[in-house]
Amino acid sequence: MAIEQRVRDFVTSNFFVSDAASLTDSASLLDQGVVDSTGVLEIIGFIEEAFGLTVEDDEIVPANLDSIARIAAYVERKLGAPGPGGPGSG
Amino acid sequence: MNPFQQAQRWPAAVPQLHDYLHATAARLPDKVALVCDGQRLTYAELEASSNALAHALVRRGVRRGDRVVIFADNTVQTVITFWGALKANAVTAIVNSQVKTDKLASLLNDCRAAALVTDARHTAIFAEAAARSAHLKATLIAGPRDESRTAHLPGVVDWDEALAAEPRDTAPPRLNLDIDLAAIVYSSGTTGTPKAIMLTHRNMLTAATSISTYLENVEDDVILNVLPLALTYGLYQLITSVKVGARLVLMRSFAYPAQVLEQLVTEGVTGLPGVPTMYAILAGMQTLRDYDLSKLRYVTNAAAALPVKYIRMLRELLPGAKIYSMYGQTECARGAYLPPEDVDRKPDSIGIAPPNMELWLVDENDEKVGPGQIGQLVIRSAMVMKGYWEKPEDTAERLRPGPLPGEQVLYTGDYGRFDEDGYLYFVSRMDDIIKSRGEKVSPREVENALVDIPGVKEAAVIGVPDPILGQAVKAFLILEPGVALTEKAVQMECGKRLEAFLVPKAVVFVSDLPRTSGGKIKKTDLR
Repeated sequence: MAIEQRVRDFVTSNFFVSDAASLTDSASLLDQGVVDSTGVLEIIGFIEEAFGLTVEDDEIVPANLDSIARIAAYVERKLGAPGPGGPGSG
Repeated sequence: MNPFQQAQRWPAAVPQLHDYLHATAARLPDKVALVCDGQRLTYAELEASSNALAHALVRRGVRRGDRVVIFADNTVQTVITFWGALKANAVTAIVNSQVKTDKLASLLNDCRAAALVTDARHTAIFAEAAARSAHLKATLIAGPRDESRTAHLPGVVDWDEALAAEPRDTAPPRLNLDIDLAAIVYSSGTTGTPKAIMLTHRNMLTAATSISTYLENVEDDVILNVLPLALTYGLYQLITSVKVGARLVLMRSFAYPAQVLEQLVTEGVTGLPGVPTMYAILAGMQTLRDYDLSKLRYVTNAAAALPVKYIRMLRELLPGAKIYSMYGQTECARGAYLPPEDVDRKPDSIGIAPPNMELWLVDENDEKVGPGQIGQLVIRSAMVMKGYWEKPEDTAERLRPGPLPGEQVLYTGDYGRFDEDGYLYFVSRMDDIIKSRGEKVSPREVENALVDIPGVKEAAVIGVPDPILGQAVKAFLILEPGVALTEKAVQMECGKRLEAFLVPKAVVFVSDLPRTSGGKIKKTDLR
């Protein structure tokens, strides 16, 4: 399954999004009230478990995690990167 | 002329809450009061905008004592509306932005809100709720408004448009007294129906003065607040910072700790209020020590007890900062605080009464108990709420006669004990309210939502220990015969009805629940 679809499946099922179709890939998860502070921790847990990645503290920023598209792009960058601190990790 | 709508002849004689803003704006007009969403507002700007908002409300029919519901995150508009509604002689009610449609509709009707001030990003929730309200005269919407979904709402207007032509130099005439309500704050009640705590100007002035005194807040303070303004713990960060002329750095949540830490550094933050969940998250960060937090003068904890290991972590990480363990409830903003010099010798105590307050403990016969004995905490203070909005029975249970004829004191519903030095220790709550990541969770409210799900016959909800949340919500369900549900399906259904922090983290399906001889569910046996 494509990364974006896996992310979408996780977000919509884990955070009880009742109208999953209306949540666009670029919508801010924070603005839409989909996640809160502990929700971000759950997203990190998902990324680490599902993709075998380590999310560094300084990568826990909205630019990487605040929408389905951003999470997918972040995961793709990390998977393509040689390791922590690779391209695009900041 | 209706005397209830008559302007005060000597408006400045006795202060009201919004006089904090007026006085500070006169003293420090060009100082930055608020940093939020990339904006920096001076005290003069905050004063002028809130004047305009007050006039906009009055123009749309908001009268003295009317309730103005603010349904939004920690935004610039929330701050302006809080002060502006006070200046309009109205009662503010900031509602948690995570609330879902049905609950928002019931809150709007419960307090018969005359105005709703909200944010376009919450349209999916408020559009239907506001349409169901029987009392709204005005709906002010900040941000890009969706015309097709909001055009039908009562008195709907864009925030910017509503404020544009209004006077900015002065507020509407003062009609209120200091014994009038400044705020109602919705809180999760044991019965499952939310109740609103009524706070007068005098309640809030007393609380702000007491808190800012023991925290030694000064003009040079920079306070970073990620706590929702819908909670009094968050709201008092705004009030005390305006009171002393400090700067408030307002963020929407603690979701991105690195961002919060960066703000701490760049804004030179001196005061950080938090809850145990925040400190648990910070403790897990590898990079925490890379941030220069030397300007932090104090850190506070409330909402739930801070485990001693986090107190020790904070002491080690921030050797120059004072650590305040505090106790309070919405009914009385602050009931105790531990003087920071005592934190090493009494790390698990919640301390002593804040200035201008008396505390004692009583047994079930209302007799005072001595050191070492457990009793219900009773508070005597001008900080104590006026009561629960239109709930006289609930009010009578908590507000009972005090030592002086006619006075009332607060029976907190919390058990504590004093040590020989007079320091207080929190023991437990009398009811079964769960504290999850600093928010109050009423098991009954969650159970009501659970049995509302088709196929669920009976539900029991308890709190279980959780390293990050403090307590996590756990549900035990008995299903109707022949029904099959999954944990995820139950959580999804709950998510449609409840704020995220109320949704059970774990759902267990059982064939029966432990019961007392009277047939009541025995929750102690579920743990």
